[in-house]
Formats: sequence, C-alpha cells, structure tokens
Amino acid sequence: MIAAPSRAPGPGTFARGIHPPERKGFAAEVPIEIMPNPVQVAIPLLQHTGAPCEPLVKVKDEVTLGQKIGEGKGFITAPVHASVAGAVGMPSVTTLPNGRHVKTIPIKTGPNQLSADELKASLLGGDWPVSGLDAQSPEQIAQTAREAGLVGLGGAAFPTHVKLTRNEKRPVDTLLLNGCECEPYLTSDYRLMIEFPRPIVTGALLAARATGATQLVIAVEDNKPAAVESLRRAAEGTGVEVRVMETRYPMGGERQVIPAALDREVPTGGLPLDVGVVVMNVGTSAALAAAVLRGKTLTHRVVSVTGAGIAQPKNVLAPIGSSYKDLIDFCGGLKPDAARVIAGGPMMGFALNDLNITVTKGTSGITVLTHDDLKAVEETACVRCGRCVDVCPLNLVPTRLALASRYQDWDMARRYHLMACCECGCCAYVCPAAIPLVQLMRMGKAQLPKE
Amino acid sequence: MDTATSTTEAPAVMPSPAIHIAPAPHLFGGALTTQRMMFDVLLALVPVLVAALWQFRLYAVIQLAICMVSAVAAEALFTAMRKKPILVRDGSALVTGAILAFSLPAKAPWYAGAVGSFVAIGIGKVIFGGVGQNIFNPAMLGRAFAMIAFPAALGASAYVVPDSPIDGLTHATPLTALKMLGQSTGLLPLFLGATNGSIGETSALACLLGGAYLCLRRTASWEIPAGVIAATAVIGLLVQWFSPVAGWTVLHELCGGALLFGAFFIATDPVSSPLAPRGKFVFGLGVGALVMLIRKLSGYPEGVMFSVLIMNALVPLINRATIPTPVGGPVPAKKAA
Repeated sequence: MIAAPSRAPGPGTFARGIHPPERKGFAAEVPIEIMPNPVQVAIPLLQHTGAPCEPLVKVKDEVTLGQKIGEGKGFITAPVHASVAGAVGMPSVTTLPNGRHVKTIPIKTGPNQLSADELKASLLGGDWPVSGLDAQSPEQIAQTAREAGLVGLGGAAFPTHVKLTRNEKRPVDTLLLNGCECEPYLTSDYRLMIEFPRPIVTGALLAARATGATQLVIAVEDNKPAAVESLRRAAEGTGVEVRVMETRYPMGGERQVIPAALDREVPTGGLPLDVGVVVMNVGTSAALAAAVLRGKTLTHRVVSVTGAGIAQPKNVLAPIGSSYKDLIDFCGGLKPDAARVIAGGPMMGFALNDLNITVTKGTSGITVLTHDDLKAVEETACVRCGRCVDVCPLNLVPTRLALASRYQDWDMARRYHLMACCECGCCAYVCPAAIPLVQLMRMGKAQLPKE
Repeated sequence: MDTATSTTEAPAVMPSPAIHIAPAPHLFGGALTTQRMMFDVLLALVPVLVAALWQFRLYAVIQLAICMVSAVAAEALFTAMRKKPILVRDGSALVTGAILAFSLPAKAPWYAGAVGSFVAIGIGKVIFGGVGQNIFNPAMLGRAFAMIAFPAALGASAYVVPDSPIDGLTHATPLTALKMLGQSTGLLPLFLGATNGSIGETSALACLLGGAYLCLRRTASWEIPAGVIAATAVIGLLVQWFSPVAGWTVLHELCGGALLFGAFFIATDPVSSPLAPRGKFVFGLGVGALVMLIRKLSGYPEGVMFSVLIMNALVPLINRATIPTPVGGPVPAKKAA
C-alpha cells in the first residue's frame, strides 16, 4: 500500500567521496545475454552473510532446476538451490573470492534444460502486475523470500527475508531501492534497470508490502539517465518515486545513499532499520518478484564481465555455481595484456589468482584490468597532507587509522573510530604516497582486541 | 568419481596472461603524488621569484642558489649517514631550501643560508626520520638557528644596506619602520613588493598568486591561510581601533612583512600542520594570533617564523582535540570491541 509520492527530502548527494573514472562504456550498451549451461556447476553451501547450509541431497541424486539442495539453521541464513537440472556429484571444498573455504555441491548438467529464451522469459520477461499484490500477506512474502534463497545481490549478500520480516519495535516507513551501482566498470544493475524495469518495480511493491513501508524510493545515479527513464515509465501510477542521485563514489553504500536520498543518518554500528528504512538492491527486487509471483528460486543472476582485459565485455545472466572461467570464456577469454581479474568492481573487489572459482549470489561483476590500468606506484612516507580526510565519506582520519593498525596502537585506533570504516577505498585511491590504507585498516579491524 | 575436482585442478588452470593479486582498491587516482606536491610548491614560488628578481636583482638568485644547493647536499649527506636511500628525488629538500632562501634578507652572508639549510635538513628533518616525520617546519627551524647564531646577519638592521645601488635595500623594512619610527608604508608598494624585506615576502600580489594556485591544486589546504588571515585581520582591526597609527590599516598589516608568504607557503607545510580541516583552521588562527602578538608586543618587528614554530609544537594537541566525528556518530562501546 503505497501513499501518493511524497518528495523524498534528501539532498541527492553526500559529503566528501570521490569521482573515479566511470568506465562503464565497456558493457553499458550490451544487452543481457544468457550463458549456455556449463558442463558442471558447483553450488557453495555458504553464499550469504550468516549460517552455512547443510546439504539436502546425496551423491548421484537427480535434481531439477531450482530445487532446494541446501538448508541452513537459524534466522540469518538462506537456502541454496540447484541452478541446473542434473546429477549431484561428490561434495568438495572451494575458496570464495574473499578467501573463505566453503563446502560445495557439484551438479553435472543433465540433458533436459530450459532453452536460453525460456529461461529469460520465465525469470524476468513477460508481464508483471503492479496492482492486486495485496493478495500476498506480508508474512507470506518474507517466507517466500527465505524459501527462494534470496540474499542481497548488491554484493554483501545479506539474507533478504531478514530485512523483510517486520519488527514491532522498529517500524519501517520507507523502502529504498538501490540502483546506484557506484563501482566503476559494473553495469549489471544498469542493464537490468533498462531491460527489465517491470519486475524491479513489482518486487519493490512486494517488499514495501512485506515491510510495511509507505514510501518507496528508487535511487539511481545521474550518470544513468536511460535507467531513470526506464524505471519512471515502469513505475508510472504506482506511487514509486525514482530519485536521481549525484554520481559520486560510494553512493551505493547504505550509509551514503540513505542520507542522500532521504536525509537520514544511519547511526554508526546500527542498521538502516534504526532510521525506519530498508535498503534493497534492484536485482534483489526483481528476484523477489520472480519468487513471489512465479515461484522461482534464486538460481541465476546478472554478472557484468567487463574491463579492457576481456575480449568481449558482456552482461551475462549466469547460473549461480558457474566458474569465473566459464563466464570469461563465454566473453571471449582474457586479452594478452590482462593483468588482474577482480571479483566485483575495482574499488572494493577482490583480486583473483585462480579463475576456477565459483560465481555466487553476491557476484555482481568480473572486472579485468590491463597493465595500463594498473599503475605501479611505490609506497612513500605519509606527508600528512590530509587528502584521505578530505575524501572519507564517513569523516574518518584514514592515515591515523592506518598508522594505528600498522603499529597495533589500539588506543589510537579506538580514539579515531577504526570500526566505523567501511573499506570503500576512497582514501587509498587519492593517497599521494600510495599507502595501502584500506589494507592496513582492514587488518587493524580484524586484530583490534575486544574490550 | 570426480573427487575434490575443484581443489586439485586449481593450479593447473592458470590462464595464459599472468594475473596477479593485490588488495583493493585496484584503481589509483594518481593525480597527486608527493613528488608532484613538491613540484607544485616550486611552481607556485615562481611569481614570488619574479617579484624577488624585480626588487632584489641578483641577490635573490644568489640566496636561492646557496640555500637550495646546501639543502640538497645536506639531504644527501645526512641520509647517507643514516644509511637510508637518498631521497633527493622527491624534491622536498629543494622546497625547504627555496622557502628558507625566500625568508632571508637579500644581503645575508652565504654562511647564514648554508648553515640554515644544513640545520633545516639535518636537525629539522632527517633526525626525526626523514620526510613526513618532522615536528617542526624544517625551513623555519633552520632560519631560527641561523638567526640566533648570526644575529647581526639576520636581525632587523641586516636588511638595510645604506649605500646599495638597489633602492629598496636603502630603507628599513616596512614593519621595522612602523615599530621603530612609527612610519607607515603605502599600500601599493606593499602589495606589489617595492619595499625592503626578506626576498620572498615583499610582494603580497605574488604570494596571493602562488598561494591561490596551491589551494586550487589542493597541495596546500585553504583552511590554514584562511585561519591566518582571519586571525590577523580581526586582531589588526582591534589594534587599529585601540591604538591607531596614521596610514596603517588592517590591509597594511596583511600585506606587510611575511604574513602572506607565511600563510600560503610556510604554515601550509603538510607535515608539520594538523590533519583534519577543523584542526588546520585552528592552526592557522593560532599562527595569525601569535604573529600579531609578536608584532605588537615584542621587540621583534615580525613574528611569522616563531609563530609557525610554536604552533608546530601544538599540532599533536590540535590533532587530538579536532578528531572529526564519524558520519553516524562515534562507534558505540559494544561495537568498538
């Protein structure tokens, strides 16, 4: 039940931050393409923030597309599903881009698969209602999100049903759909917003119904006018407001987009829920619509395979559990001058040393940089110029935090609010001395002793 | 069966181009490096140099040459003594030498500049651990040493050369004239630099031009000169109100002496000034206030050097008192764990 569009009062921007080269041109105009199923997929049993799943299938079991194959215990977890029809292989262990080792269930792709067009039509295509959604009860929507294994597709992979479950103590009044996609290079959300705005809007209405939000805002950066146009057309008459944000990194972060779009400040260590907001990525929204209205579990996602080091940059609708190598091969392979393969975007993504790694629910892109993109710079002494302070979106003093982390001066680390750091990388991007500020602070955050 | 396929296969499937790993972020702005910052300062000093050449002719060149050569030699010598790589490449010694030279009288003896440079680099910088580690502005430390070691060569009287063919050198500096004789100097000569003084300080126009470039490039933080000028202006107004001197206004106060040179080129040394914007402004205010205190209440006609050094000593305190509050407030106690 969405009220008439009330003007979201945010300024459309946030203080500090940076504007790195956008470089979205590689894949921005390439329509989403369906990748043929690989010979085998490997479904990690932990693809989200929270408790890992236990397998529900045995070796040699035949599974169908979308069948639940792993289920976790507790509230903050999400089940995993087969992304192809086929036979279950011997469970093994794989390493995710973030370095975590997780159990996986391999599935050998069987002969009976949906064609690419059928798959696209069933997940995203066709007509999506924007009215009559009241038939779904809020509890039902949250429950369906859980059963479908939905997690935030923006990257953090937080289980969606947790956000959608109502909490009497902390009521939600606004659902903020995040279509900022502030990382350079990445275009998966952009293509989705242009090609499939209808399921995004429908999913947002469903999420608003589940959370009890009466205001629904979609935030998109002003470097994506086509996406804004497309969403506005799809949202006509629904009360959903598409609000244009300034293009500024890291606009896609919750702590930046909420103040920018709604003029509310999320307390440090708190959640958007503390200020009555639920933030959801546009891709998650489309997946929610497919789950509630079509009974689709989360088996595929759009991944940008982009950068100067890839032969044919594309936006690929890929089965979860494919390997990075499958996707890179589908995009023509690496160019000879490719120098770094990154899971995610260049600002916060993880560099890979092995392409035989699994695409998970949180994989938003694969960015391949060349030698020319990577400037070899030597770390020199900090001259305390304060550039890192000038760009930190959270108003921290990165150079002090890095110093404190390097020498394990935990008093200083606390005095300068180390744990507030979101690791966005603005400081390291501008540092004239090329100090690995983010790396040091990340290390410090991991080592900071409990009080 | 395909036992543990993904783990055993892993090393074999390296792609043909060598890919390597590194922590994020993988993009680097690269607009400003330490070397580039130093180059910016040298570039911003060009208008100052032009003004100095116009007013002091060859003396400016001689002082610059003495100080810059000495500074680079000192850097090479002292870093070699510490068995550290010689870091002359980053240009910081050149900047220190240039700033020191511009703060000397035109006819200062050669050993004043040379000793000042060696002290600036040796005791002012390298002894603390090199670039980025020093507490005090090296150039000002070197100048203070030289001034105490050779008072006759750098005191107020050293500026005046009665029989000099260069007109500017035959008069007392504007601030000395004001202090000792109660004489005011015209605003236009102060603005353009047609007065006596340290070779880099005379022209307000040149300092403003170079300073504007530094602030626009963000090599210098505008908060510091803003603080210096604000404090000087406010105190200057009060002084003008309570003990007026005919023909001497706040604008004279700002354009006279080393105030603008100090505000834009000396106090803005990033290493020895605070980190956060609020701290930088406070630092600037302190420098401006101390300059006025020394100018009006001490035996010295000018006080930029001592003001900067005193405020340098207070930087750790300022930093501690001006830690910015994070967006969203401080980390709550339980999360700080």
